[in-house]
Amino acid sequence: MIQVNQLSKKYNNTTVLNINNLEIPKGQSFGLVGNNGAGKTTFFSLLLDLIQPSTGSIKNNDIQVNTSENWKSFTGSFLDESFLIGYLTPEEYFYFIGDLRHQNKADIDALLSKHEEFFNGEILNNKKYLRDLSKGNQKKVGIIATLIGNPEVVILDEPFANLDPTTVSRLKKIIKELADDPNVTVLVSSHDLQHTVEVCDRIVALNKGEIVKDIQTSEETLQELESFFAV
Amino acid sequence: MIKKFIFLEWKAFIRSASFGKNLAMKILLGFLMIYFSLIFVGMGVGAFYILKKMNLEPLQTVNRFLIYYFLFDLIVRLMLQAIPVLNIKPLLVLPFKKPTIVHFSLGKTALSFFNWIHALFFIPFSVVLMIEGYDVVNILFWNLAIISLIYINNFLNIILSNIDKLFAAFLVLVIALGTAQYYKLFDITAFTAPFFQGLYEIPGLSLVPVLVLVGLYIFAFKFFKNNLYLDAGLSVKEDIASTENLSWLNQFGTVGTFLKNDIKLIKRNKRSKTTIFMSFLFLFYGLLFYSGGIESYDKPVMHLLAGIFVSGGFLFVFGQFVPSWDSSYYQLMMTQNIPYRGYIMAKWWLIVIATVVSTILASFYLYFGWQIYVTIVAAAIYNIGVNSHLVLLGGAFTKTPIDLSNAGGAFGDKKAFNVSAMLLTIPKILLPLLLYGLGLYFNNKALGLSLVAGAGVLGFIFKDKVFSLIEKRYKVEKYSTISAYKQKN
Repeated sequence: MIQVNQLSKKYNNTTVLNINNLEIPKGQSFGLVGNNGAGKTTFFSLLLDLIQPSTGSIKNNDIQVNTSENWKSFTGSFLDESFLIGYLTPEEYFYFIGDLRHQNKADIDALLSKHEEFFNGEILNNKKYLRDLSKGNQKKVGIIATLIGNPEVVILDEPFANLDPTTVSRLKKIIKELADDPNVTVLVSSHDLQHTVEVCDRIVALNKGEIVKDIQTSEETLQELESFFAV
Repeated sequence: MIKKFIFLEWKAFIRSASFGKNLAMKILLGFLMIYFSLIFVGMGVGAFYILKKMNLEPLQTVNRFLIYYFLFDLIVRLMLQAIPVLNIKPLLVLPFKKPTIVHFSLGKTALSFFNWIHALFFIPFSVVLMIEGYDVVNILFWNLAIISLIYINNFLNIILSNIDKLFAAFLVLVIALGTAQYYKLFDITAFTAPFFQGLYEIPGLSLVPVLVLVGLYIFAFKFFKNNLYLDAGLSVKEDIASTENLSWLNQFGTVGTFLKNDIKLIKRNKRSKTTIFMSFLFLFYGLLFYSGGIESYDKPVMHLLAGIFVSGGFLFVFGQFVPSWDSSYYQLMMTQNIPYRGYIMAKWWLIVIATVVSTILASFYLYFGWQIYVTIVAAAIYNIGVNSHLVLLGGAFTKTPIDLSNAGGAFGDKKAFNVSAMLLTIPKILLPLLLYGLGLYFNNKALGLSLVAGAGVLGFIFKDKVFSLIEKRYKVEKYSTISAYKQKN
């Protein structure tokens, strides 16, 4: 589904990302782990054409992301709070994204009621604008909004950060469900090795912009990763 | 301690997003500053002799109108003067003494442009007074009082800035007083002029404003010191939200979706609301030109100029900042399933609708004759056909993020309106004036107006071509825009 070719990103001669070749097949749930500055967000930003690659390219479903915009119709993403529109209520935000993804109100309502448990009664009908929600609740809104319109590619940057323990386990359930769908490719980045191992079929570790590990998840994966990062 | 603050301020200044970019803009701004400074100085020097020529006692006349001067100054401040915000939150837990933080924040406002601009008028005026034989000591006392009054306004603005729409109340007050005076119903200056004159004649009286200023400073200081808590002065006011569907806009497809969003944007953010109010004021700008009140404004070319502002108020104050209105969630926009064209087109429609509405609202100018209104309509056509494209094109280069929420409490910077952006309007105005002037050169008003409207229609016809161009420009600028918008404040 996603092909990365000779991709690199440099800022003033400092290489922050350098991936020669990476292929993520359709339906895979893909975890990206690494320390701060490893290049996780840079990679996702490149994948979403928010920054320009210094060399190389990324193809999303055979569409090169920085030459065509057609990938947008099947890609849902949430990187950080700048993906939220602060002056909207959560409902309005969902309907807005729904409109852009050609979903009608009923579709959105169905999706929202499906994830009512995840919202934990703190999101809907709360008479609050998104800008006044707590970080964790903002994140909940952002994550569910990526699911609008049944995207084939879902990109979540640090989805577990800022969430309370209950919500984390509910989120894992949601991601696992997505991962089980053979049509959906999920990309998740995280600092948290355990969460990532739990929800992903495959884990790639980045260090200073380079791929240093690429493993199919198994019983030993967590231990392998932990020993790798324990320096 | 203060040295540390100055260091922080300096860093904030040289590292801001807009610094360094746009050198041409800065130079232009510099020239304008010099130009206005010269005008002020000229006024200061000239005022004496002009008033003398009109057989008026200069100082008394100035004193008579000072009340309006200060009221107007306060209105301008309430509207435009941003309170310099020191980034306070991170300082609270550091070993700074609270009084130092507050003193510095307040002290910083004293250096504002809105304070020293007055010196450009009062200093030359006072020098002329001294040369013309007025008592030097008394003049100095008078100046002391004036300076105090200016700073009283400065601190009043700080204290009052949290109250919404206060400037409108003052504006109404001034208009009411002015009208009452004009029709000789009530003359406020009869009460205030002796006081201002007294500031000159009775040396001790100058101490009154000085003492008031000191009192006001202490009040402001206490007010902010007591409110220097996260849940008080620094708190974020939360609004009670209500969900609106605006489903009647659904019939317009993607454009409707964006219009819905833009309407909410305008309604729910202080900054955009101010903008709407400003563009509403533009509607009445024409009164200055069409009523014949000011002779030099009552000329055909000036009438067209007014027409452009009357019909294009929204275009100028809102359109100018596209796409910065969406700056806080620009990344979202760039990853959603919308082509650039749709996004820009939606903004274009918003501008066009607002221009049409303004033009309809402006129909009260028919009172001044149908020719006036035809001028406005021609200007509106030009605005829709040409200027709407120009502002959108300019938008590709607008890289100053707009902080919509402007959430800060007592110390928050909530002021909209950007002087440098207003300057960008100049080229949008000159061309139609030239076209109209060409018509007038052939002594044919109708020709001039058709040229202006014709340019608008041409722009409208080539809309798609122009949009491709704008779209391309936006795409080229996309990455640098995203990275500039990431930089808050």
